[in-house]
Amino acid sequence: MIEAVGLTKRYGAKTAVHNLSFQVRPGTVTGFLGPNGSGKSTTMRMILGLDVPSAGHVTIGGLPYRRLPNAPRKVGALLDAKAVHGGRTARKHLLALAQHAGIPARRVDEVLGVVGLQEVANKRAKGFSLGMGQRLGIAAALLGDPEVLLFDEPVNGLDPEGILWVRNLMKSLAAEGRTVFVSSHLMSEMALTAEHLIVIGRGQLMADMSVKDFIAANSAGFARVRTPDGEAEGREKLTAALVEAGGQVLPEQDGALRVTGLPLPRISDVAHAADVRLWELSPHQASLEEAYMRMTQGAVDYRSTADPRAALQPPAPAPWQQPLAAAPPDWPESSYPVLPGERPNPYAQPPAAPPQAPPAPPAPQAAPTTAPADLTKRDSEDAR
Amino acid sequence: MTTPQHPAPPQNAPQNAPQAAPLPSVPQQPAAAPRPLWPGQEAPSGYVSPIPVRKPTLADAIVAEWTKIRSLRSTMWTLAALLLCVVGLGVLIAVVINAVSTGAHAEGTGSVLILGLYGVLLGSICVITLGALTTSSEYGTGLIRTTLAACPDRGRLLAAKAIVFFLLSFVLMLVSTTLVGLVDQALVGPLAERAPTAEEWLRTTLGVSVYVSLLGVLALAVGALLRHSAAAITVMLGVVLLPLVMSMFMYSNSLSDVREALIEYSVPSQLTALYGVHMMDGPSGWEPLLVIGVLTAAALGGAYAALSRRDA
Repeated sequence: MIEAVGLTKRYGAKTAVHNLSFQVRPGTVTGFLGPNGSGKSTTMRMILGLDVPSAGHVTIGGLPYRRLPNAPRKVGALLDAKAVHGGRTARKHLLALAQHAGIPARRVDEVLGVVGLQEVANKRAKGFSLGMGQRLGIAAALLGDPEVLLFDEPVNGLDPEGILWVRNLMKSLAAEGRTVFVSSHLMSEMALTAEHLIVIGRGQLMADMSVKDFIAANSAGFARVRTPDGEAEGREKLTAALVEAGGQVLPEQDGALRVTGLPLPRISDVAHAADVRLWELSPHQASLEEAYMRMTQGAVDYRSTADPRAALQPPAPAPWQQPLAAAPPDWPESSYPVLPGERPNPYAQPPAAPPQAPPAPPAPQAAPTTAPADLTKRDSEDAR
Repeated sequence: MTTPQHPAPPQNAPQNAPQAAPLPSVPQQPAAAPRPLWPGQEAPSGYVSPIPVRKPTLADAIVAEWTKIRSLRSTMWTLAALLLCVVGLGVLIAVVINAVSTGAHAEGTGSVLILGLYGVLLGSICVITLGALTTSSEYGTGLIRTTLAACPDRGRLLAAKAIVFFLLSFVLMLVSTTLVGLVDQALVGPLAERAPTAEEWLRTTLGVSVYVSLLGVLALAVGALLRHSAAAITVMLGVVLLPLVMSMFMYSNSLSDVREALIEYSVPSQLTALYGVHMMDGPSGWEPLLVIGVLTAAALGGAYAALSRRDA
């Protein structure tokens, strides 16, 4: 059981963690989520007594880390895969850590086996890949067979097989009744591993709830409705009818409508009553990732801006990556002006305004919009 | 393989672990952590490790730090350089003097043991480097966080590091200074005016070894304070060399007291004093050990305070 009360850490003028209070309970995997720089690692370091809190305190089983009778036997931690001396072999590194805590030396070979590093046990850590470094760090965390485990971004640098292994390892550790606290900036990873979530942004607590509650509270479903292209009046008619029926309607960039607050059959009925044909009526679930991004949106420290290429490129009217990423060869390129110096697109058709519906079937039109990257992008823009 | 009814011989233990009776001294659920057993079954009431827990002691920390210091190649190289300087140079000087000597004694007052001084002066730089690296390399690699998580008691960690380093350096220095002293006595001794006294023997072996090792521990403390290898080594070289260099530029009479103090208390002068040659009226006899001892203790105290308060 980890318990933080009013935990605050200031570095000069910057507050890394502000008044954070939470509990991490045994028997489950607790995910610790936040964007980069939100204070996850700082919190982890304060739990381990490495950083001294500016205010508040954090205890493990009722005692601060530095006062635990045998800390490594109670708490195991993976903080940083690179926190080894490159000149030392994996075995000697672990042996020294074991000796510090009075752990029998046999245990070193056991944990090396658990993480699958037996073959490189006598190799210097200098030559380890990031994934091997993570495994060595996990071995160090497991060394004391501890009741409480902290993992800071454990899947960084691991291959898919390694990620699956870490996921199962954490679940099995929690199933043995241990307290498992895992930080990550990937919601998708946590949704698969954790049962409980603690979300922070800019060092402040944003959510402390079970994954199930988090999904229920944050992922509202919506319906995508598409009227035949080129029939703008049909679309307007449907929008008005849906709003009248009590739904919220948001237009999407590709001309579809995003409808919330109405069940799918009801939308169909309304469309039928309004005498509007539908090309698409599909249920959608906002993913956890979207919910998480919406929640932490105001709390992202490092936000990228569009690359202006030394201000030589005129501002693009639409997301510039779309024609590259998603357009099939026969997709009309009309809306993207040819820049000075750029080769004209050989596939581009002479200006054909979207209202004049291309004779193509609706499938290729829907295709680009279902690309997940595009979806999240648009969603985050909508929410702003 | 047959199933043994009684505690198996040790070499069979691993294979038989699942079904055999546990060995008396060894708890037999070593793989409890990794084994994905019975999901959800033992969940409700925390986890208790089958491996017995005991309170770690200073001895544990010393064993661990000993493992760490000897598992690095840089340690081996630095110590090899130390031996080369002290023994190699010491023996070389003795051999050369023995070869060119015509019977006239070189130094009037001192004993032949002073011939070991040059090797020790060079060797002390190796000791300083190793001392500084012992702590500062942990900061350079980020290992310090792992180490402090494994041993949250800062005092115990620092004490273990200092003790391990001191003993390692002391033993090597004692062996090599004794060897050089014996060679000096054998090759150059017959040419000298008088044989070294027992006290001189002690001072130039035991005393010099303690002095140089304390200098290394001082570097270790400075490494913990500065947390940067290059900075720590530079500062320590400054401590050793700068007083003499600075004194060269202090011509004026008003500064003559300062200049003398700088010369008298510089590390090379104090080492020379241990060999029985002291200039002016600085520390003589065993006094240099007191000086370096106080300095090192103060630096260790500072390092402990810094380790306890500072974020790692």
